Amino acid sequence: MSVPVIEVHDLRTHLVTRWGTIKAVDGVSFSVAEGETLGLVGESGSGKSMTCLSLVRLTPRPASHIVGGSVRLDGDELTTKTEAEMQRIRGRKIAMILQDPMSSLNPVFSVGMQVREPLAMYHGLRGATLTERAAALLASVRIPSPAARLRAFPYQLSGGMRQRVVGAMAIAAPPRLLIADEPTTSLDLTIQAQYLGLLEELQDRHRLAMIFITHNLGIVSRICDRVAVMYAGRIVEAGPVRRIFTAPAHPYTQALLESIPRLGARTERLTAIEGQPPDLARLPGGCSFAPRCPQVMDRCRTEAPPEFEAGPGQVSRCWLRAPAGG
Amino acid sequence: MPAEPLADRALPLPDVAARPDPAARGRRLPVVSLGIITIFVLVAILAPLLSPGDPGEQSLRNRFKPPVWMEGGSSRHLLGTDRLGRDMLSRIVWGSRVSLTAGVVTVLLASAFGAAVGLVAGYHGGTVDAVLMRVTDATMSFPVILLALILAVTVGPSFTNVVVAIAVILWARYARVIRGQVLTLMGLDFIAQARIAGAGAWRIITRHLFPNTLNTLVVLVTLQIGYVIIVEASLSFLGAGIPPPTPAWGSMISEGREFVTSAWWVSGLPGLAILLVVLAFNLLGDWLRDTLDPKLRQL
Repeated sequence: MSVPVIEVHDLRTHLVTRWGTIKAVDGVSFSVAEGETLGLVGESGSGKSMTCLSLVRLTPRPASHIVGGSVRLDGDELTTKTEAEMQRIRGRKIAMILQDPMSSLNPVFSVGMQVREPLAMYHGLRGATLTERAAALLASVRIPSPAARLRAFPYQLSGGMRQRVVGAMAIAAPPRLLIADEPTTSLDLTIQAQYLGLLEELQDRHRLAMIFITHNLGIVSRICDRVAVMYAGRIVEAGPVRRIFTAPAHPYTQALLESIPRLGARTERLTAIEGQPPDLARLPGGCSFAPRCPQVMDRCRTEAPPEFEAGPGQVSRCWLRAPAGG
Repeated sequence: MPAEPLADRALPLPDVAARPDPAARGRRLPVVSLGIITIFVLVAILAPLLSPGDPGEQSLRNRFKPPVWMEGGSSRHLLGTDRLGRDMLSRIVWGSRVSLTAGVVTVLLASAFGAAVGLVAGYHGGTVDAVLMRVTDATMSFPVILLALILAVTVGPSFTNVVVAIAVILWARYARVIRGQVLTLMGLDFIAQARIAGAGAWRIITRHLFPNTLNTLVVLVTLQIGYVIIVEASLSFLGAGIPPPTPAWGSMISEGREFVTSAWWVSGLPGLAILLVVLAFNLLGDWLRDTLDPKLRQL
């Protein structure tokens, strides 16, 4: 594997609320290399988005704080940077695509003005060159007749089209790392597939490291190289996409996979994961999945499991994987 | 990847200019209110040309001359004269300058300051927001008339004091409305997207938040001009506004109030002028609100 673009080690982000301190991101470690895609999977509230917002230090303030860990972008530590330095990293080095295409563009400015903005900001372009580059950028996200689209306003474009514009703005720098936070959730299926294809294409062209946040395992199997499954602020299992789908080690991952409907499978009912996602303010001691785990053992309720090797490149935070006698 | 263009195939882009805005369809321009406002603005600008005489020239022999259409009226004084024999038409024409200038200047000052406060409060949230909004609440609870009276008594009545007194209170309204809008905008993805793209506070406020509050601001400004004209007139009526001999509609009403039964025109005509202007601004404001954003009903 090549050198990692982003290395996250033991990242901890806490949210202070009136119900207590929530460990939204609780010791997360991962790395993504050039041209590689990491899928970040988990239920709502499992800390996927908080993890990614922590990378660019844009978690909601003043409630949340990064309390520990390190984030290195091309070897450069981000957690100790000043706000001014971070502003030069956001967009230029790390870009992000959010999920709601309806509100991701400023409604009062034309597409052209919005696409030109990052180009002017990052590359100092002006005038005709700027407009040319903006049109080229739209063309690169496969927007037809880009010169005409520059004059359009967001309300004149479809959701898929807007999401492409957002994609174009995200790669304006181009960045080193692209974080896509469920960018296809509100698109319909055919447009979804096309958008994923586009993301892959952009990734190839710019050798982007990509983090893809989703709860859609189908998308994961399609575009990700590796997967990290998050539960209650922790990565409970991580590994190559093929391993996770064929030999999931953690009971939570297994349960997630069983809850996907399969075409042609002759099961009567889909398996649901018993119980509710945990209250992050009152996490049980030990493994946070223990109360819902079908294979729970006494040890799980008292001791939080460390990472265990579960296969080639695959780790699982589960006592089931503890080496015998461990 | 297929080289062929993906979905959202090139449809001809609808021509924005040629297509009627759906919101404006069926709602024609408010010709009447625009007409009234235009006339009064022209009158105010061209006062030296339009005024038939000197608004301050007294003629005690010609006191309480009725308007031309009434018995005893003369074409020398089309709208009659007041108790000092001054020409009513000239005074109303010159008075339009005071009212309109006071309205526009005050509202511009108040809206600029109020919008800035609202933008900053809504953008920063937390303590900044709490402090600014408590100041806003305190300001809103202070009566304009009282402040103006205090200023008039201590510093003496003047045009500047009227503008300052009203603006110092009026900004709070803008701050509150704009802050509310900013709070909604802050939750939208394009703000988050701008932040992630590396935009700082100044850029987000000026490029993303402010332009999106302009609709509201324009509506509020238009509606408030009428309100300020009334407040200015009330202050002048109370003697805390524009000091004599400058003709102001409010003080003209006040001067004529003892003679309403015998010479109604001295109070009635400036009153009518106020009514027309304020009504015109309010109708225009309503129309703007309905056209720009029907969701702004609460303004």
